[in-house]
Amino acid sequence: MSVASPSLDQRSRELRKTIVRTMGAGGRGHFGSAFSILEILRVLYDDVLRYDPQRPKWAARDRFILSKGHGCLALYALLADKGFFPTEELSRFCRKDGLLGGHPEIRIPGVEASTGSLGHGLSIGIGFALNAKLERAAHRTFVVIGDGESNEGAIWEAALCARKHQLDRLVVIVDYNKQQSYGSTAEVLDLEPLRAKWESFGFAVEEVDGHHVEELRTVFAGLPFAPLKPNAVICHTVKGKGIPFTENNMHWHHKSKIADDEIASLLSALEAEG
Amino acid sequence: MRQACLQMVYELAKQDRRVLFIGSDLGVGTLQPFKDEMPERFFMEGISEANLLGMAAGLALEGKIPYVNTIATFFARRAFEQVVVDLCLHKANVRLIASGGGLVYAPLGPTHEMIEDLAILRAIPNMTVVAPADAEEMRRFMPLTLDYSGPIYIRLAKGNDPVVTRDDVPFCIGKAIPMREGADALIITTGITLRHGLEAAGRLEQQGIEAGVLHVPTIKPLDAEAILDRISKVRAVVTVEEHTVIGGLGGAVAELIAEANFSPAKRFKRIGIPDCFPDEYGSQASLMARFGITTGDLTAAVTALLQAPRATVVERLEVVR
Repeated sequence: MSVASPSLDQRSRELRKTIVRTMGAGGRGHFGSAFSILEILRVLYDDVLRYDPQRPKWAARDRFILSKGHGCLALYALLADKGFFPTEELSRFCRKDGLLGGHPEIRIPGVEASTGSLGHGLSIGIGFALNAKLERAAHRTFVVIGDGESNEGAIWEAALCARKHQLDRLVVIVDYNKQQSYGSTAEVLDLEPLRAKWESFGFAVEEVDGHHVEELRTVFAGLPFAPLKPNAVICHTVKGKGIPFTENNMHWHHKSKIADDEIASLLSALEAEG
Repeated sequence: MRQACLQMVYELAKQDRRVLFIGSDLGVGTLQPFKDEMPERFFMEGISEANLLGMAAGLALEGKIPYVNTIATFFARRAFEQVVVDLCLHKANVRLIASGGGLVYAPLGPTHEMIEDLAILRAIPNMTVVAPADAEEMRRFMPLTLDYSGPIYIRLAKGNDPVVTRDDVPFCIGKAIPMREGADALIITTGITLRHGLEAAGRLEQQGIEAGVLHVPTIKPLDAEAILDRISKVRAVVTVEEHTVIGGLGGAVAELIAEANFSPAKRFKRIGIPDCFPDEYGSQASLMARFGITTGDLTAAVTALLQAPRATVVERLEVVR
């Protein structure tokens, strides 16, 4: 599936600016992943998930886990935008007096599980979904995993388990940007044929351009995809999406130090994209 | 002990619908009555411990109390990171029922012998580690697991272990249990080594030595106050455990003694598995004998500590060299 590159609309650009400013405040961050998953999270929080920022533990909420926790800058931008915590928290990113660190933690309103070490979130999500099934509750569980994360054996243990329990209210979303830290997924540990893998594990699978807001809305509106099957959405994405010099550029996977002039150039590049 | 533990899970599940049972790929017929009567709360999830613990954490975060059973090594070694991150970091109310703690699986060799679980699990924040001495103590302990906050690791012994605990002493998680008083020496035990401690104290009494026995079924949180209080009253202390001498009961007590700065210093010895993988098969008892974890070795250790002349620092250094 070839990746179309729809131009980003105003909301996508503004959320990206929020991410860049947050990164500037902390002086660091996993940039590439946050830009890769931004449209996925935006559509989930704008159009799909049921939640109440004033009652983050509302029993009937849909559960969301960012299993690839290093993409947290995108999650923080959305949670702040929706009012789970004051936007000022973004300016304390990774600071000793801050709520928000380099991986999401359960103490943050709206965060359901502490993630960061890869391969954990899907199994925790299965626990959530299994409990919903036991309680005959209608809420759903969405878990975003990475393609690099899919190297972990625990992901595939979890996939076996989800199918066994026919968790049709579980949605695995794969951020398939085809890049991991060292290089391409094809080079480091190839996942192909990825769709066939998830299908053979018993999932109902849809593929979508992970930056195409309308397509994402349409796909999620089609949930559940099939009776008694867990759902997988393979999102074809671009690491660092939205700025020409960061797209598919491995030097923008993670920055442990970022200068003010780099932040300024990212922001002006986002302006120019508009 | 495993029978008693699993039977208690069944009893608890009947009275509390939050209770779930999750196994990996256990023996056929395990907890069949549970499965028959409460099938929706009985899970056998396959040889996939990482997923099983993450799933249990998710269920616990939703308010359930999952009791998970598999072989001890597959919790503490195979799925260690899930124990740390999914259970301990999240303070998830998951109960790990760890079959074959120590040298129980002697005939199966070192891949199945769990010799360092107490050391590595007690190092994790929010974890609780319990090693009952016999089936009766297990029955007193298990009801307390229902409303206890955070994950609990329950170390099971071989089964059909002699009952040496007293039913007039209530179990309290985090509390050591004085089993015998003695003014000369203190033997500190955990799990099934309580039997060796009591037997050794009996033999020492025949030699005119009064040895107290303090049973420490909860390795974490450690009852430091009771342990130090008892130690302060004797000259010699010996710990005995079916576990490496590194970092378990002996290590924990050594830390307490070192920081207490007793004057005069206490005579102290750890009895346990030396720093090696077991290199023989046989039985739990034969391996314990090979590593000097017996009533006889314990008795001799106490006697030797009490008789040893007060070594100077220089002499001790010579021994080290």
